[in-house]
Parts: sequence; structure tokens; C-alpha cells
Amino acid sequence: MKNFDLVVAGVGGQGIILASRVVSNAAIAAGMEVRTSEVLGMAQREGPVTSHVRMGRNIQGALIPSGQADALLGFELSETVRNLYLLKPGGTVVTSTTTIVPTTVVLGLSSYNREELMAHLRQTVSNLVTVNAERLAREASNVKALNSVLLGTLAAIDKLPIPAAALRETLLSIVPARLHEVNERAFDLGYRSIGVS
Amino acid sequence: MPVRLLMGNQAIAYGAVEAGVQVAAGYPGTPSSEIMATLSKLAPRHNFHAEWSVNEKVALEVAAGAAFAGARAICTMKQVGLNVAADPLMTLAYLGVRGGLVLLVADDPGPHSSQNEQDTRYFAKFAKLPVLDPATPAEAREMTRYAFELSEKLELPVILRPTTRTCHAYQDIRISDEYNPRPVSGFKRDRRWICLPTVARQRHPILNRQQEQARALLEQSPFNEERKGGKATRTGIIACGVAVGYVHESLALAGLAEDVDVLKLGTPYPLPAEPVLSFIRRMDRVLVVEELEPVVEEQVITLAWKHGLSVSISGKHDYVVPREGELDVDRVLVSVGAFSGIETKAVAATTDNKLPALPVRPPVMCAGCPHRASYYAFKKAAEGLDVVFAGDIGCYTLGVAPPLKAVDTSLCMGASVTVANGLHWAEPERRQVAFLGDSTFFHTGIAGLINAVYNKANITVVVLDNHTTAMTGHQPHPGTGQTVVGEPAQAIDIAALARACGVEFVRVVDPLVPTKAIREAREAMEFPGPSVVVMSKPCVAKNKRGFRYEVASPELCNGCRICVDELGCPAILPGPEAPVISLNCAGCALCVRICPSGAIRRVS
Ligand SMILES: Cc1ncc(C[n+]2csc(CCOP(=O)(O)OP(=O)(O)O)c2C)c(N)n1
Ligand code: SF4
Repeated sequence: MKNFDLVVAGVGGQGIILASRVVSNAAIAAGMEVRTSEVLGMAQREGPVTSHVRMGRNIQGALIPSGQADALLGFELSETVRNLYLLKPGGTVVTSTTTIVPTTVVLGLSSYNREELMAHLRQTVSNLVTVNAERLAREASNVKALNSVLLGTLAAIDKLPIPAAALRETLLSIVPARLHEVNERAFDLGYRSIGVS
Repeated sequence: MPVRLLMGNQAIAYGAVEAGVQVAAGYPGTPSSEIMATLSKLAPRHNFHAEWSVNEKVALEVAAGAAFAGARAICTMKQVGLNVAADPLMTLAYLGVRGGLVLLVADDPGPHSSQNEQDTRYFAKFAKLPVLDPATPAEAREMTRYAFELSEKLELPVILRPTTRTCHAYQDIRISDEYNPRPVSGFKRDRRWICLPTVARQRHPILNRQQEQARALLEQSPFNEERKGGKATRTGIIACGVAVGYVHESLALAGLAEDVDVLKLGTPYPLPAEPVLSFIRRMDRVLVVEELEPVVEEQVITLAWKHGLSVSISGKHDYVVPREGELDVDRVLVSVGAFSGIETKAVAATTDNKLPALPVRPPVMCAGCPHRASYYAFKKAAEGLDVVFAGDIGCYTLGVAPPLKAVDTSLCMGASVTVANGLHWAEPERRQVAFLGDSTFFHTGIAGLINAVYNKANITVVVLDNHTTAMTGHQPHPGTGQTVVGEPAQAIDIAALARACGVEFVRVVDPLVPTKAIREAREAMEFPGPSVVVMSKPCVAKNKRGFRYEVASPELCNGCRICVDELGCPAILPGPEAPVISLNCAGCALCVRICPSGAIRRVS
């Protein structure tokens, strides 16, 4: 089996780290070695977060080199585009259409052009899956379940070296029991969302 | 033994427990903090002592005392923390230890979250102490156990120096939950523990001889290892720490894996001569790849020169390997390409097409952060006054960003107060205001306050007291009334301390009540003597309120944009008719209180 490199990216507070840990733990359960690392901001939310997850055998380092990632799981549109340089040509992108506008834009110090970003993704990524994960999370009755929605969609495209059922099981083993139902629902909504976003 | 996904810092903590650590002391600092966080969870179960000390100097001295008495001790900090602990460190090397003392100093090439990217391996060499440089989280755990053994064999502290990519990387690791400490031998009187000049004269030659002993032991260590490419070659790479993985991956990407032999070095100082000599003797050309300073490279060059070898050595001195910033495969690939004289195609990424403009997304203070309110109050109070805002290091350093722009200087922890002292003596007619956090106040800030009172520097010191060490992950400190293991402790009162230091103007203020906070701020700045304002309100990241706010109806809003433009709160976004307050609102109500038209109301 070939090694698999996954990038998970978004904005602090979106649940990126948890999603990354779910994939890592599921990979360990599937008998793979794992190396994962974040380019973390600091204690505060709102900064960009990129988590690298490497699964397989004989992994050399925790960082995925540019142009080597097999897939990119994006939680926020501009952060998805920001991390595209890590994706290998022909790699898969699963991204939420969520936008989080930083204060620099509010204050007129930078810009956020949603249409341009979408167009860029469509034009450069051949394997692109977009999902309105925020809407689905709300449908599952908790916006915080965004990460479970995205994990569901990621599982549905069947590119990970981890079966969808195993990913779902690992997710539920990690979230607290009282949140099982919400996350189950969110994962399943994400799983079934392909093609209907 | 179960396999678990462990962070490098957790792996180090487990390694220390496996080695039977008896005393653990540290001060938080990215990327080292999770080591003590993990130890503190294991400490009650195994009944060893763990503490967050007041600062790094204190932590190292606590660990030293324990090790004098024969206990195994670990001391944790980030790279700049070692500057604070440099005084005990330099002499501790002369005195040595009885019980194993592992000094864990985490370096932060990049830097990602530090004020500089100094290389602790130079510090090790300066202090004449052995240093280990782990390549992976798993190796960090092995090295921790080994470091205790080495420390006891040499009777010297041993430095373990992981970098961000080891500390914060996770790996599948098999851990045990064993804890088998040896009994503590107990403190025995000996002149060796007294740093008199006569003792220093005796101990210095011993310390110098220990370098050779250390070198000999490190030569036998399992952390230095050759990996042959396959083909007979006279080209080699010496790689250190995390760079080992980058080198192997770069060689594979460049199609050179079989053409180059690699010597992995895990023990940068003192350089293990034997494995390096036998490697470079076989080579015509060698490249040294290490992060930050050319610590190994310089020693390899010296070794080659001493042995009259004509091998050509590349690295940082000839600019083949970058000397600044963090390494990664992309950068090492360029170095490997330059060294091998082959064109390494910059890997084809998906973004060859021109990127559209991306929003700039710096970290900002959380929605509802009390620091925002404190700065707002002082900015308002200082309108029309000519003041300098001396800043410090903590979440509140982010007050530098627009629209607050409330940080004029920032040097190192505690320096807000002392730099304000100096600014005052340069311009006594101007008011200087120092802003620092509660943890920073205890760490080194208080010395500057005593200095201001004693030397009559009329400055204002604002302690941004959010009841935690937020920046580094919300650790308790002497003001919080809680120890690292969660036991209740005496909460040291900052305002009372300030009064005891002789400050005559001391006020404790709620920053989220702006009218009162602005008035107190103004009075503090006008007070004819040193003044202290303790802005007291818990960090919202740890103390969520159960409600939030919204603009009641667009008609109520007069469109002034004060809430948007003056606060820079990430939860307030401009909308088509009136600002929109997002679900991130933490309910601090600062915007409610500054809104001139009373347009914002509470939702639960
Ligand atoms: C000498 C030194 N030790 C540790 C650190 C890491 N560090 C950065 S800010 C900080 C403390 C911040 O706590 P506090 O002053 O209470 O401010 P807060 O982040 O809570 O606002 C620490 C420990 C450092 N930069 N320098
Ligand atoms: S973590 Fe706490 S102190 Fe830091 S920015 Fe957020 S609210 Fe402020």
C-alpha cells in the first residue's frame, strides 16, 4: 500500500485538530504508522491552522512537502486555496464553502473575494468536492459538528486508505458520549452530501 | 503496551516517568509546555513532585536542588527561557549533580511563536554540557531516558533539545506505564556544592575533562547511525535532529537515495568523533544539514582539520544550507540539489496558476478578550496626552494590530516595566505606560516595578490580569490559587504586592466597564508617582458566558461603525444595514457599552 498524505486546513476554532486526530487514530487502528503535525498559531482562535497527516510505512518527517499531498480537506474557502500548494497535481480537494472574514478585511487592510476563490478552485483542481458543511452541521443541530460533516464527505470520496465505517467509528470513540448522536448525524449528512451541495 | 498517538512533548514526559523522575519543574513556553502538562497528570498517580515555577531561573534551581540531593529531576522551558536560567546554568555545570538532571529546552526555528530563534546547542557548548537533538517524537522519548543515565554517569546536567517539529508532532508510540524510581540518596555535605572561587578553580579542569568523557559515552550511544545509500559512493550527508527526515525525503524526491550515504547525528555536542571520522574518511565531499546554527558543521570542520583530512565540507558557511528559519523538505531539496549539482525541479504543485488575492489572517485576540477592553480604556484615556505604551509578551502583544495599535515596544518577558523605566529617564516629561500579563508580572515584571519605585520612575504599570497564563495554553501561576496538579494554593494578590512595593496609587479595575476603566486609567497616568492598575477579568477562552449579543434592529443603529472600527473584535462584521455580530460573540458586552445608540441587545 502506498503512503497517504492528507492536509487539513482552516481557521482556529473550527475543529480542525480534532478531525486530524480522528484520521490519525483511524490510521493507527488500520495498522498504519502515522506522523502528524500542525502549523499552529497560538492560544487564540481566528488564526490559520494547517494540520499535516501522513499515514503508511517508513514515514520520514511530519511535514508534507509542497506538491505531495494526496488530498486536502478544507474547512474554510480562503484557507483551502492558501494550502493548495501542498496538493499534488491530480490530488483531491474536499472543501467546505464556509467563509470566515478576518478583521483585516473588515478594516479594509486586505480583501476577500469569494467568487474569485471558487473560480480558482474550479479551474485548478480536477478532483474537487465542495460541500456546504456549515448548513449540514446546522441540520445536524450543532454548527460545531462542521468537522464531522467534512469527515463524512472525505470518507465518501473513498480516497483515504481507511474504510468509511472505521473513520466513523474512530470519530465516535473520540467525541464525548453526549455528542455521539449529533456527530453521527453530521458525519452521515456529510457522507451523503456528495453531488448535492 | 498499547500503541498511542502521542505528541513529542507527551512522549518526553512518558520517557521521564519511565526513567523514574522525582522532581519536575518548569515555566511554560511554546513549544515546550505540554511536557509539564503531561507530567502534572501523571504526578499524582505516581506520587512525584511537579510544579510550574515562577520563572525559568527558579525552575532550574529547584531541579538543581533536587539533583544535589540525589533525586532525578527534569526542568522544562522554551529556548529564550534558558536566557533567564543562564545564571544557574553556567555555574551548575561546574558544580555538577548527583541525581540525573535533564534540562529540556525546546527550540523554535522559524520562529513560529518566539521572539527569536536562538540555538540551544550553542548554549550547551557554552556551558560545556552534553546536548541531545531528537529527530522524532519516538526518539525524544528514548533520549529522555538515556539523558538521565548519561547525567548520572557524568554527574552533569544533560540538555535535551527538541525543536517544534518534534515537540508538536505526533507519532504512533508504544508506551508503558511503569514508574520505578530509585530511593533518593539524600543530600550529603560537600564543598563541591558551594561555588567559591577556590571550588571553581578545582571544578573547571574537571568540567573540561568531562567533555572528553562525554564524547566517549556519546560515541557509544544509539543515536548516531550511518545509512548507506547502496551504491559505493564518496559523497555523504551528515544530518542532525529533525533534518534527518528531511534529508532522506529530499534524496528520495531527487532520485539520489542510492547515491549518497547519510550519517544521522543525534548528539551534536560534544561531537562524537568516532562515527564522524569513519564517515568523513570515506568521503570526498560532505554536506552538513542541521537547523539554525552550524553547531555540528563547525565541529566537523575542526575534526577534519585536526586529522588532516582533505574532505570538502559544505553547509551553512558556504550558503548551501539556510542558516535562518525552519528547514523542511522543500528547502533541504534545494540544498541537496545545489550540493549534488543536479537540478531539483521545484516540485510541481497545484498552484502553478496565479493565486487570487488571499485575505491576511493574523492571529487576533479572541472575541470578548478582556485585554481588548483594557487597551481600549487606555487608548481613550490617553487621547490628547503624549504617552508611550511599552508592551510585553503574552496574548496582549496582539494589541499591536490595528485598530488598537496599543503596543509601542516589546523586548522580552517583564521588559515592559523596565523599558518604561528607561524611556522615562530619557524623556521624564512624557508618560510611559507598561502593559504586562499576570503571569509575566510574577515571572520578571515585579523586579521592574520595585526598580521604578526605588528609583522614582513615574510610570504607570498596567497588569492585564486574566487569571491565567493564556498565551502558552492556560497554565496556572502564583496568582491563580491553583498548582499545576490542580491543588488549591495561596493566591498571591498582585495589588497587595504592588502596595507592599511602595506604590501609592494601586487600583483594581474591571476593564469591561469602560466609563470607569477610562477614568481610572486617566487618573493613573496623571498620578505624580509610579502607579499600578490591575485590570482584572478572566480570559474568555476558559470562561465562556452562556449568552451573546446582537444588533437588536438595523433601525436602532446610527451607522457610526464605532464597534467595528475601534474594537477590532473578530465577532463584529460590517453588514449591509448594520453590523452583524457572529456566533463567536463571547458576551463581553464591551460593544454594548460603547454603542452610542443602544442598538445592541443580549440573546441567550
Ligand atoms: C523567558 C520566556 N519564557 C516564556 C515565554 C513564553 N511565554 C510567552 S507569553 C507568556 C506568558 C503569558 O502570560 P500572561 O503574561 O499572563 O499573559 P496572557 O497570555 O495570559 O495574556 C509566556 C510564558 C517567553 N516568551 N519568554
Ligand atoms: S486566549 Fe484569553 S487572553 Fe488570549 S486572546 Fe483569547 S481571551 Fe484573550
